Amino acid sequence: MIKETAPPGVTTRRATLAGAAAALPLVNVHAQGTAGALRCAFWDHWVPTGNNAMRELCGRWGEQNRVNVTLDFINTTGNQLQLTAAAQSQSRTGHDIISLAPWDVGAYSELLEPVDDVMGRLSTKYGPPNSAAEFLAKHGGRWKAISPPSGSPNKPACVRFDLMKEHAGIDVQAMWPARNERGPGADTWTWETFAQAAEKCQRAGFPFGLPMGQFTDAVDWVGALFASYGAFMTDARGNPTIRGNAKLRQAIEMTVRISRFLPNDVWAWDDASNNRALISGRSALVFNPPSAWAVAKRDAPAVAEKCWTIPMPAGPEGRFLAYLPWNSGIWAFGRNKTAAKALLEFLSERESAEHTTNTSGGYDIPPFATMSDFRVWEREGPPVGTIFNYPNKPHHQATASIAFAPAPPELATQMYIQALNTKVVARIAQGGDSLDTALGWLEREINTMRRG
Amino acid sequence: MASNIAMAGGAAAPRPGSLRRFARARSTIAFLMTLPLILIIGGLVVWPAGYAMHLATMNRRMTAYIGLENFVILLENDTFRMVIFQSCFFAIVAVLLKALIGFWLAHMLHHIPTKGQRKWRGMLLVPWVIPPALSTLGWWWMFEPSYSSINFLVNAVGFPSIPWLGSPWWARISIIIVNVWYGAPFFMIMYLAALKSVPEQLYEAAAIDGASSWQRLFRITLPMMRNIISITVLFSLIVTFANYDIVRVLTNGGPRDLTHVFASYAFQVGVLSGNIPRGAAVSLFMFPLLAVVAFFMLRGINARNKEMA
Repeated sequence: MIKETAPPGVTTRRATLAGAAAALPLVNVHAQGTAGALRCAFWDHWVPTGNNAMRELCGRWGEQNRVNVTLDFINTTGNQLQLTAAAQSQSRTGHDIISLAPWDVGAYSELLEPVDDVMGRLSTKYGPPNSAAEFLAKHGGRWKAISPPSGSPNKPACVRFDLMKEHAGIDVQAMWPARNERGPGADTWTWETFAQAAEKCQRAGFPFGLPMGQFTDAVDWVGALFASYGAFMTDARGNPTIRGNAKLRQAIEMTVRISRFLPNDVWAWDDASNNRALISGRSALVFNPPSAWAVAKRDAPAVAEKCWTIPMPAGPEGRFLAYLPWNSGIWAFGRNKTAAKALLEFLSERESAEHTTNTSGGYDIPPFATMSDFRVWEREGPPVGTIFNYPNKPHHQATASIAFAPAPPELATQMYIQALNTKVVARIAQGGDSLDTALGWLEREINTMRRG
Repeated sequence: MASNIAMAGGAAAPRPGSLRRFARARSTIAFLMTLPLILIIGGLVVWPAGYAMHLATMNRRMTAYIGLENFVILLENDTFRMVIFQSCFFAIVAVLLKALIGFWLAHMLHHIPTKGQRKWRGMLLVPWVIPPALSTLGWWWMFEPSYSSINFLVNAVGFPSIPWLGSPWWARISIIIVNVWYGAPFFMIMYLAALKSVPEQLYEAAAIDGASSWQRLFRITLPMMRNIISITVLFSLIVTFANYDIVRVLTNGGPRDLTHVFASYAFQVGVLSGNIPRGAAVSLFMFPLLAVVAFFMLRGINARNKEMA
């Protein structure tokens, strides 16, 4: 039996800033059980129907396993979910399972129960998870979290194919068709081509809607660009690799160049601003999950039917795709760790993952490459096939990436939250600093974060 | 010996009426009545503040004591030095503007007949009554980068759009505008109360002596309001220095950290970035600054009170 004890909260992406009235949706799954109780804090999904899959799956699992499951869907408005994790880590009490922001697995790794056994079984069945998921969830050689698909998006390019064809001369539908193959010109989809297209679309009055502020959408796309140039700010031990780093200079120069063709207020954009730019019909391209297109389908259908999702451009070191997984960890101080592991394994199974992804309209991305073929991505429209290339498919030849890898988590989380990659670009493009001055600032910031 | 003890015990034993007198004493009743408040302040203010001080002396993993190292690191950091400047700039400019606008509004209201004064007073208090996170959200929509309604009006009169939140100085100005809009009514109501307490005879005497309106303002009104001005400014300075919601909702500290204040930066460094001791050090940084300001302002108020007594 599933019993709603609170009204559903703010769940759409656009409602991020309506957080003053944030609610805490809570569900109790009562079973005739003797196998104990389980309390889970899951990320409150942007997509209005996104939580339903978790309710159904947890309800079914609770009934089958005679476990009373309590679900709290906590939204990230005002960083409530991150605050919950911080409070529980300090008080050593709270939920059994908690959704953690990408870098928080590393921050709390010593307080999380290892899940090597679960990941071992899942990897045997579905192959290894993508490199970004592994990098974020595996610490000290042990898996400390699992990434069930709910809430984990890729951030490829959502393109207005009509504007791109008219003003930049690029037919993105032909280049990346809704089939498992590359079209003509796919090999030319590089950051150089992208920068030229950005300039042409800007001149035509439809600039690309790329945020350059401190929110995740900004940090993620710039992070993927840097990775595709092989530009890393630190090594795996956290030592700055800035001096004499030609690849980093090249990546920054390219980002500065692109930023000159963006709207002049992108430095203040949040994670909803790019959605608005697309939905309003003012922008020819954004980097975003299908949520922007989904809102356009509801609010501006004429815009939505001209959108087509394609992979991110490639750089000299390959194609990288921004991936932002919400991992689920089990607190070491949790009361029912065995049941928690069993539930997370169940949620990560292919059938559960497909159900979650279907319910979210294709938004959720499982960490396993073998799960990039769900039918929902082929079916969704209009136009049908618009999000076919949203998951990372083999023919994209792309690598899932997270900004600031391979820095150790306690450093990377600071670099990510404080958006060092967009700020170094902003210091040059907006603040007028020279590249050397900006790189000097960057090195000092990293060294400050490493101290103490 | 036994008899001494017995005598001492007998002398120390309260008489039946003393306990009752003790319980009835005004100081005892006052203490008992304030005890819940003392416990609340102790639990919710003193203990967290002490814990924050303890945290600020720990390393990032909170496993070792590093003394004042977090403060040294912060003072050597470009971004934090900028945060100090911004916090001071924001607090001083905003408090000055709130005081000036509040005084002007109070003066205007004071001269409206009592019958009509009430509705104006109510309307002018509205910004102060709305929860700031909510009203700031309204302002955010007006400043919003792509669809700013203020820019719509600016464009309508032939001027180009202003990047309210995207350009560093405009972003700082926007934050100050919202803070002043929210806080000026508090100054207004305090100053209005002070204005009403200034004896009318002083103005009548000054008028007989031929004092101009400026002279009346500077020689009567302001001196009579000095204490309330000091207390209001001090209170507002503390609250404004600790402001968090306006920066968080409007700019999140951007662009390029150029609008961060202590509280928003402490949250970003401490909670979001997972460096709780560094965040605690940021939040404690304003404590000595404000303590010094409060000490001198309260000393001035006490001195004036003694003069008047």
